[in-house]
Formats: sequence, structure tokens, C-alpha cells
Amino acid sequence: MATPVLDKVEAESAASPYITVTFRIRRFNPEISDAVVWEDFQVEIDPKERVLDGLHKIKWDLDGTLTFRRSCAHGICGSDAMRINGKNRLACKTLIKDLNPEKPITVEPIKGLTVLKDLVVDMEPFFQAYRDVMPFLITKGNEPTRERKQSPEDRERYDDTTKCILCAACTSSCPVFWNDGQYFGPAAIVNAHRFIFDSRDEGGEQRLEILNDKDGVWRCRTTFNCTDACPRGIEITKAIQEVKRALITRRF
Amino acid sequence: MKIHKYDTVIVGAGGAGMRAAIEATKRSRTAVLTKLYPTRSHTGAAQGGMAAALANVEEDNWEWHTFDTVKGGDYLVDQDAAEILAKEAIDAVLDLEKMGLPFGRTPNGDIDQRRFGGHSRNHGEAPVRRACYSGDRTGHMILQTLYQNCIKEGVEFFNEFYVLDQLIVEVDGVKKSAGVVAYELATGEIHIFQAKAVVYASGGTGKFFKVTSNAHTLTGDGQAACYRRGLPLEDMEFFQFHPTGIWRMGILLTEGARGEGGILRNKDGERFMEKYAPVMKDLASRDVVSRSIYTEIREGRGCGPEGDHVYLDLTHLPPEQLDAKLPDITEFARTYLGIEPYTDPIPIQPTAHYAMGGIPTNVEGEVLSDNTTVVPGLYAAGEVACVSVHGANRLGTNSLLDINVFGRRAGIAAAEYSHQHDYIELPENPESMVVAQIENLRNSTGTERVADVRRELQETMDANVMVFRTEQTIKTAVEKIAELRERYKNVSIQDKGKRFNTDLLEAIELGNLLELAEVMAVSALARKESRGGHYREDYPNRDDVNFMRHTMAYREVGEDGSETVRLDYKPVVTTRYQPMERKY
Ligand SMILES: Cc1cc2nc3c(=O)[nH]c(=O)nc-3n(C[C@H](O)[C@H](O)[C@H](O)COP(=O)(O)OP(=O)(O)OC[C@H]3O[C@@H](n4cnc5c(N)ncnc54)[C@H](O)[C@@H]3O)c2cc1C
Ligand code: SF4
Ligand code: FES
Repeated sequence: MATPVLDKVEAESAASPYITVTFRIRRFNPEISDAVVWEDFQVEIDPKERVLDGLHKIKWDLDGTLTFRRSCAHGICGSDAMRINGKNRLACKTLIKDLNPEKPITVEPIKGLTVLKDLVVDMEPFFQAYRDVMPFLITKGNEPTRERKQSPEDRERYDDTTKCILCAACTSSCPVFWNDGQYFGPAAIVNAHRFIFDSRDEGGEQRLEILNDKDGVWRCRTTFNCTDACPRGIEITKAIQEVKRALITRRF
Repeated sequence: MKIHKYDTVIVGAGGAGMRAAIEATKRSRTAVLTKLYPTRSHTGAAQGGMAAALANVEEDNWEWHTFDTVKGGDYLVDQDAAEILAKEAIDAVLDLEKMGLPFGRTPNGDIDQRRFGGHSRNHGEAPVRRACYSGDRTGHMILQTLYQNCIKEGVEFFNEFYVLDQLIVEVDGVKKSAGVVAYELATGEIHIFQAKAVVYASGGTGKFFKVTSNAHTLTGDGQAACYRRGLPLEDMEFFQFHPTGIWRMGILLTEGARGEGGILRNKDGERFMEKYAPVMKDLASRDVVSRSIYTEIREGRGCGPEGDHVYLDLTHLPPEQLDAKLPDITEFARTYLGIEPYTDPIPIQPTAHYAMGGIPTNVEGEVLSDNTTVVPGLYAAGEVACVSVHGANRLGTNSLLDINVFGRRAGIAAAEYSHQHDYIELPENPESMVVAQIENLRNSTGTERVADVRRELQETMDANVMVFRTEQTIKTAVEKIAELRERYKNVSIQDKGKRFNTDLLEAIELGNLLELAEVMAVSALARKESRGGHYREDYPNRDDVNFMRHTMAYREVGEDGSETVRLDYKPVVTTRYQPMERKY
């Protein structure tokens, strides 16, 4: 069996893989001081490891007070969106080798949501916007006894937006949201899209009305920051465009 | 300290907790306490599918499903519970569909189904398509759909609240549940939740292993809280090692990959599962496949310079099929290994995956304080519980099913109980144990570090009580765990604050892991046979005469304060199926 790529990976891992990397982290703990400080930590790490592994090394071996959220460690729970080298990403899905480890790696909380401690922000406004778009199937009439039918094509129509893990990387990379926290933000629109384009759903009109609001989709300036930030590769800008079009044509 | 009063309190907001919450909220004033935001729960990591004999794509029925579950569990399954699981599976899937779950579809618009390990047509004749799925994101879709329906039903969540103690009060000689004690992460404040009924749905305990598919937060808090208050834990020696974790990282690559046609190969490219399981081959049950992989590795047919893994080969499958059916796991291989699964096989090794054991319950989700006595007002469901529908080895796709069937049952039963009963008076100083635990850690000037003790625990568990066990290795683990528990008394933390003190919580979680690791090892030592996930090289055969029974482990505290694990046993419920040799 030909395994060219694998052999290379394995040859590399045979030599000592560790390098020294500087993490430059934005620290804030109002229990101690109102001041924000940047702190540097030197960490021995294998470049194939994740930024999250680096943060764990700091927390576990150097400074137990460093605070961040995490759970799954492989990009499916949405706990650890943060600004890494100025871009929103999941710490558990970002490998050191993809970041230029020669230079300090900067890590700071996502923007536009209140920082509570170090990398932890207040997620409530984000989840409130999500709840506001009625993110659940709305149907009329009696429940069928078996499953509702849906063709594979109809199922595919909204597949992309079902992938959202509510990490807030998109919303907190959006300049409109930074300037005005009232804007629903891309994540809420993505989740509205997931239902508007679901052939089983009958609440599209209601949801579109909500999104037609002054804080709704029309605030989007199509900067594509959200699409670039999404760790699930969701085409967010496209989804927002589709919602805008549906608002004009009332067809979805 | 704050005191809250609710009819029903649910601990955990994964699949089991939210399924329970949807029912309980309709029927009673309910609070859900969860240490993670609901959508962060590890149910979201589940990939492959949820079993139900819908017979949408080929002939199937719930009796075949029951049989497979019993056989898969190596006859340690309580057969009455397995029958309920398989029968109610059909409605459980249909309920989720009606709630909006975007299942994969057949060309005529029905819910599509795929093959999965151990699920067969007519009692083992051939693999059957029983797993309902949504790509390789089935758990994600279940978690999102349940959360969405919790929003719809107005479920009240207390997010980032850690339940650290279960309040048990003896009334007229009967142990009853009075509520729980929780710690609020944001503020460090302690909350007492007085409740008529409490449902534990706090998930698994995989983090005592190093190579595991489990999240950092799966630390067995619910099991530990009940165990410390004198309640037993059932079948804790049974842990499932999933065959295909990403090499060294443990991130799961679903069995659905083999269901779609993926093949395991050793360094010679040989499809070695043909030797070990001639009929089911790569889709034999998980314990069988994991042992086969380690046998290949031990006999020198492992891959790589250290010969410490084998390959999952998907290269013969069309890229379109991988994109459509396995998009996430192929991306994991690209992200974490830099490997292109279209053209290259993926290095894998078994990974610690699922706790078959847990808090013993009956089929209504009521927690037991011994083999038969119910603790009034106390319920458990999901991975934290042991009904037991998984016995010695859980079949793939039966856990997403379990959390829905028994989550629903526990939610209904708890709410109905709270209608019919009154609050029980709280014990004096209900917060005292938690306060003492926290103050000890905060004030400790000890020299041990949480990370070191945890690392050593994980290393000893991987080395000694994983896929292969012997008297010697288990004893090594028992001794090491005892040493680590001693050293744990001397750990200190650096963060002394109240706000988001995750340093403190990690220390508390480690205490839970240590306690449960001990229960697991002691239970494993006493089980001198091999059954399902528990494989003893020194006793390689199943011994139905002496061991076809559930282990019940109790915490005993001596007069000098010393702690030991006392073992007792509980009969298995057998209805239709007499034990047979398990062949795949
Ligand atoms: C990677 C992976 C893939 C899997 N794939 C499949 C599959 O394809 N099919 C299948 O059937 N099964 C699968 N499983 C198994 C299945 O996903 C889990 O067993 C199941 O989802 C567990 O659900 P749960 O609700 O019991 O727990 P979880 O989803 O883990 O939820 C636990 C909840 O408890 C809360 N909690 C924990 N401790 C506390 C505390 N102290 N205080 C308050 N709250 C607390 C957490 O916040 C969380 O909300 C998979 C498992 C893994 C790890
Ligand atoms: S759309 Fe993408 S970036 Fe935005 S919350 Fe969902 S997963 Fe995160
Ligand atoms: S820790 Fe779950 S997404 Fe990163």
C-alpha cells in the first residue's frame, strides 16, 4: 500500500519535535485589578499540537490562574473561540505550525462581548440573539404519525447552516456588531436560515419579519469577516444574502 | 449562599438532560443545572448514528435489535430494559424528527439508515441497516435540536453551575433525595437547590484515561456525588475502548466509517479482521475489534516506526461518498494529522470511549440504593446511569438511543413524582461538605500539582486497565491510585479567587476521577473472567456460573476515616435469551 504522506509524518515525529514558543496573552481579572495586561509565557511544544495544548501547558505547569473555556478539544463544542494572532479561531482547531511559531503567538478574547476574566467573555447577548430568531421547527396542523417526508435535495438545501456550533467566532469578528451590539449578528442569521430553508418549516414569514427589523439582516455590510472566521466552513455571507433575497422576493 | 426551590432539578444539559427537561418542564417547575452551556455538552461529539428498527431501507424489527443489544453486551444486559430500549427506539427517532432533526434521507424522503457494528438481521445472520444518522454529525444534530426545543418550551437553565454534592436525608429509615448543592462558576457563590425530584444526566467519566474520545469536562461528577453519599455504582469495571481513535490523540473516527466500507489494515496491508470475525469482519463488536488491533500490534504487525497503531483505510471509497457521509471525520484527519483520507490511510488506535457502568437505576430511571430499594426522588439517565442496557459492552448507536429513551422516561417520572410529593426538609448546613472541600483546596499550601497527579492517573489507567488486563496490572493500578489519592490531599491551587476559578474546579474534578478510578480498578480486580469490554488475560473466558451478575460497589468509611470499596453483586434480568457464546 502506498503511504507517502504518512511516512513523512512518521519520520518527522521520530526526531524530538519540541520547539519553544512564546504565547502573548491578554490578561484581565477585575477581582484583582481593572487594568488589562499582556503577559508572555514560554512553552515547549510540538508544532503539530494545538494552541489549546499550549494554553493547557501554561495553565497546568506555569500559571493556574489563566482562565479560558474549553471542552471537546476537537472543534465541535464551540467553547474556545478566541482571537489568535488577530484572527478569530478555535484554539483547539489551530495548530502551532500554521501560525509562524518564530514570532510570539498573541491570544486575546473575542471582541464585542464583555470580557469577564482573561479569555472568558459574557456569551449571554450572543445566545439572546440566537433565541430571538426562534431557532426551532414551526409547523401547523396535526403531527403526522410517521416522519415528515423530505427529499435528499430539500435536505441538502439547508445542510450548510446546520453545522453551526454557536462558537461566536463570526459574530465577534463583525465590525457592525462591534459598533452596535444590538445587531443580531451573523450567527443568529445563520440559524434563522437553517429553518427558513427547511422544507418542513412553516414559520419562515415570522422569522423573516424579525430579521427585517432595524437590527436585522440589512445591517450586514458583506465584509466576509464572518465567513473567514467560521471554523465549520459555513458560507455565512452567502446564507445572509439568501435571507436578504428571501425578504425581497418572499420566496424560500 | 442562595437557596432555590424547584419541583424538579436536572443535573446536566447533554442529550439525556435536555430530553428529560423537555418532559419535566411541561409537567413541573424545572431547573436545569449544567456546568457547560448546553450546546457544549459532549453529546455534540457523537458522530455515527442512533439505532432504531424503523425498517425504512430493509426488513428489521425491535426483537432483532433487542437480541443484538443483549448479545453485544455479552449477556450482562438486563433484558427487560433492552426490550424497552429497542421498542421505544422507533418513537424516539420519530420524536426527534418531529422536533426538527435533519436526518439523512432516502431517495423517497424517509429517514435513511446505515450499518453499524454488532447490529444484525435475524440474530446475527448479516449486518443490517439500523442506524439513523445525519452525516457524521448525528450527536451535534441531536444536541442542537434538543436545545432548540428547550428554548421553545421555555426550559430554565442555570449555565456554568457545577453540582458538587447530592443531599440525601434519612426519613423513617429510608434514604431520600432533598436536593443538590451547586457552585456558580462566574461568582464562586454556593447555591442550594431544594427539589422534590433530582435527575442526574451529567455524562461520562472518560477523563481518567489519557487516550480518550471524551471531553476534558467528562469527569464523572454525578457518579462521584452519589457514591460519596453512600449510593452504589454498578458495573464500573466495564469501559468501552473504541477501535478507531486518531493515533495518540484519541479523537474519535466513527464506526460509521467502517459502516460505509472502511477497512482496518496492518502494516502488511492485510485486512486482519477477517481472521478474528469472519462474518462481521470490521463491523464486529467494539471490544472484539479493539482486542484484535492490539493483538496485531503486539505480534509485530503494527504500523509506523514504533509499530504502535494500525490503519483505517478509506481510500477505496469514492471521494463524493466521504464528503457526503463522513465530512467531519475526514476533516479531523486533515486538520490534526495532515493526512488526505481520499488517498492515504489514517493511523488509528483504540481510544477510551464509554462508561457502561454508573449510577444503578430501574427502567423508570429511579436510582437504587442497593439491589432493589429505590431512593425516592432521585433519578438518573444517560451515560451517568446504568439501567443496564449496555451490559459489558455497548453497541454503537445505542447510547444516543439510551439518552433519548431513558432521558424522556426519567424526565416524566421525576415530574410525576414531584407532583405527588412534598419537599423534604434540608439537612442542617446543607452546604457544609462543599464549603469544606473548597476551603481546603483554596487554603492548601501543599506541594502537589493537580496536573501532575492527573497525568500520572491517566498514564496508569492507560497502561494497566485498558483493553488487556491481568491481576498484576490491575493491582499495579490499585496501588498507584491509592498513592495518588494520598498525594491528592496535598494538592494546592494557584487561583484563590472567586471569579471563574477553573483552577479550583479542575482540582475538584480530579478528586472525582481518582475516586471513580479506584472503584473501576477494584471492581475489575474482583471480576475473574472476561466479558465484553473487561478482558482478563489471566481469565480469558466468560464465566457465567460465577460472574453473570452485576457488580455493585459501595464506599465504606472506617472509624479512622479510611476509605475502602466494598463489592456486592446483583443478578442479571434474563427474559428471552439464554447466554450463548458470542461470535461475530
Ligand atoms: C466522540 C464520541 C462519539 C460518539 N458517537 C456515538 C454515536 O454515534 N452513537 C451513539 O449512540 N453514541 C455515541 N457516543 C456516545 C454518546 O454520545 C454519549 O454516551 C452520550 O451523548 C452521553 O450523553 P449524556 O447526555 O449522558 O451526557 P453529555 O452529553 O456528556 O452531557 C453531560 C452534561 O452534564 C453536565 N454536567 C457534567 N457534570 C456536571 C456537574 N458537576 N454539574 C452540572 N452539570 C454537569 C455537562 O454540562 C453536560 O451538559 C459517542 C461518544 C463520543 C465521545
Ligand atoms: S456560523 Fe460558524 S463562526 Fe458563527 S457561530 Fe456558527 S460555527 Fe461559529
Ligand atoms: S474545545 Fe470544543 S470547540 Fe474547541
